[in-house]
Amino acid sequence: MATAIQRRPLSIGEGGLIAAMTVAALVCLIVVAKAEDQAMAFHAALATLASGAAAFLLIKRYTERGEAIPQEINGKPNYQLGPVKLATFFAVFWGLAGFLVGLVIALQLAFPVLNFDLPWTTFGRLRPLHTSAVIFAFGGNVLLATSFYVVQRTSRTRIAGELGSWFVVWGYNFFILIAGTGYLLGVTQSKEYAEPEWYADLWLTIVWVVYLLVFLATLWKRKEPHIYVANWFYLAFIVTIAMLHLVNNATIPVSVFGTKSYIVWSGMQDAMTQWWYGHNAVGFFLTAGFLAIMYYFVPKRADRPVYSYRLSIVHFWSLIFLYIWAGPHHLHYTATPQWAQTLGMTFSIMLWMPSWGGMINGLMTLSGAWDKLRTDPVLRMLVVSVAFYGMSTFEGPLMSIRAVNSLSHYTDWTIGHVHSGALGWVGFVSFGALYCLVPWLWNRKGLYSLKLVNWHFWTATIGIVLYISAMWVSGILQGLMWRSYTALGFLEYSFIETVEAMHPFYLIRALGGALFLIGAVIMAYNLWMTARHGEEAEAEPVGAGARLQPAE
Amino acid sequence: MANKHIDELSGIETTGHEWDGLKELNNPLPRWWLWTFYACVIWAVGYWVVYPAWPLVTDYTRGMFGDSDRLRVQREVSELEALRATNGAGLASASLEDIRSNPDYLQFALANGKAAFGDNCAPCHGSGAAGAKGYPNLNDDDWLWGGTLEDIHTTLENGIRWDANDDTRISDMPAFGRDGILESGQIRNVAAYVLSLSGTTTEGADIAEGQTLFADNCAACHGEDATGTKDLGAPNLRDAIWLYGGDLPTVVETITNSRHGVMPAWGGRLDEVTIKSLAVYVHSLGGGQ
Repeated sequence: MATAIQRRPLSIGEGGLIAAMTVAALVCLIVVAKAEDQAMAFHAALATLASGAAAFLLIKRYTERGEAIPQEINGKPNYQLGPVKLATFFAVFWGLAGFLVGLVIALQLAFPVLNFDLPWTTFGRLRPLHTSAVIFAFGGNVLLATSFYVVQRTSRTRIAGELGSWFVVWGYNFFILIAGTGYLLGVTQSKEYAEPEWYADLWLTIVWVVYLLVFLATLWKRKEPHIYVANWFYLAFIVTIAMLHLVNNATIPVSVFGTKSYIVWSGMQDAMTQWWYGHNAVGFFLTAGFLAIMYYFVPKRADRPVYSYRLSIVHFWSLIFLYIWAGPHHLHYTATPQWAQTLGMTFSIMLWMPSWGGMINGLMTLSGAWDKLRTDPVLRMLVVSVAFYGMSTFEGPLMSIRAVNSLSHYTDWTIGHVHSGALGWVGFVSFGALYCLVPWLWNRKGLYSLKLVNWHFWTATIGIVLYISAMWVSGILQGLMWRSYTALGFLEYSFIETVEAMHPFYLIRALGGALFLIGAVIMAYNLWMTARHGEEAEAEPVGAGARLQPAE
Repeated sequence: MANKHIDELSGIETTGHEWDGLKELNNPLPRWWLWTFYACVIWAVGYWVVYPAWPLVTDYTRGMFGDSDRLRVQREVSELEALRATNGAGLASASLEDIRSNPDYLQFALANGKAAFGDNCAPCHGSGAAGAKGYPNLNDDDWLWGGTLEDIHTTLENGIRWDANDDTRISDMPAFGRDGILESGQIRNVAAYVLSLSGTTTEGADIAEGQTLFADNCAACHGEDATGTKDLGAPNLRDAIWLYGGDLPTVVETITNSRHGVMPAWGGRLDEVTIKSLAVYVHSLGGGQ
């Protein structure tokens, strides 16, 4: 510190963020004092601490930093990897937490005594904790990490703005913290996959707009003439989630100092809005976002060109256009007008091939490289994820057909369907991406142990198979029991008898979930050992653009 | 800028774009994919023609056959109601005894009763009617309020300690400990005495005092011989059948705080034929008197 640091003046971004965080800390402090319920006081206190800490760290960073960070070093882009590493860490952390809570609630369904008769650990509170932890915390952080990584590499430029990406990752994870602790304390607006209350929604809106701006600005300053297909999917995901989030969470707080709010939609409109949101959270978060991951990591790992550029264009636009209509298939045989059910169903059928376009492009990219599956368990994981993607995007339209849905609706079949997509597709493609990313980010020659990846692969695969086959059998059994009548016109089975019949399948499901969790623990250990003790790569990390050449 | 070349493995030309080492082949759309996509679109359009599909300003396209979910549900529900009404026609006016002795009535009542039991009673009494702590077993012949058809019907109709029903069954065992009627040592002795009636011995208890206290405080309802009084809902304490449990701490708890379990009155919630059917069904489970 003795030598004079060439200090740049405070940038607008730095100054603005420090000011915003300071104001936020003060405002939140006022809310703590005036809070009308304990949960609000607790959350406002967390926000005070977080924004105060952020302001402090930003000032500290400013006083310690020297020259501006160069955009390029020796003519090569100086990629910003810090936020990517952070999001990668959070992804693994929340993944473990989310899978664990999933196992707990699976066991609660088999053994209700595991509620422990405590309000915080009831199924009703833990279930959104599980869904949010796996979808938004695990999946969301995988998307943040990979999107910030991929957009830089495929645009051959450092990410736009120094602090924006950091703000997005920290801000997003603070949202997760508020959402998750809120569920445990009973704070919810009771909309599936959109449970966080108004103040968490507002915060997420800010974070998401910054995410969109950082992503767009990075694309704007790209050094490549074209935008890579993965980035189309990332952008569709970011833009559509913003729209869905804003409309579905339109709500009026009872008080700005309280947690409770009332959604502006009501009745049928609320149900339609909710499932427009819910279905497209699957479509744009869990499908478009993770297709983006597929489009970068599969060809990268297989070291093959993407199978068809034309297919990627056609299936991208058809997917984007058709997905947004399919929501009403979640509301078959309800008060939803029949015409809306028809549209939801027919658009789901039309969506089948656009969804499969991604599967074809993913699998066919391996043509000429199938032999690599024998030796590379990471690639195997990625390929199996695409296979699960294909299976669940066939099953989805099938279940949207009203005649099929009259059997499957409200049964465990739905749960099985969701998990073949969630564990098989989203989980495996994320694991594959993390196994690729960690050595690249921490500049390692390779993973700590490919053998452990193999163990992870088989444990998790067996877990998934147990899970979804148990839910298929259980769901169809449940549906058939519900609809069977005696000759005298009475229901053959009481509801409670159908619940009893589910018990063995709930045990098998819990076993499957436990195996999936064990696999994830193996992965976390492997990634930790890779990052901490892996062998340093010499120059550019392997597979991360060592062959990078300008496109011209 | 385009830097097209032929991919060696596939022999297909690339598009000439490259990002971070990633290229794209210029393969056409797979034919089967495209044709299946078209087929799905054509099927969807056909479905729109046949079924209700598109919203209009004040109406919607009704489809070729005017298909309607709501009308179908109404029809199916009324068909089912008609079927039940036909099969159960005689039950409304028949007496409980008639229902039990007429095989046709009985068959209907058991089917109806089983279904109604599953949906309304099983959550407390268990789907096999074996009961649970605080919820009586309906398979045995131990009845708190009587096990004849009429008794069971009355209980179903009016419930137990169900405030909204004026004729509900009420028994009001005092909370001997909480209300300060007996000391805790006395309660323990009464409990030990009560347990001794079904052959359970308790160490260090004064059975004689328990017996005296029982005669003074409990016998009025439970009877001198502790075999219970059905009119008062006072259980038989000699039969080793326990609603809340037959160990010393549980019986002490029962005497100390009393229990006052509740069953809803089903009159007005279920139709009369269903309540009659339930009475016959419960009566048939093994313990009917």
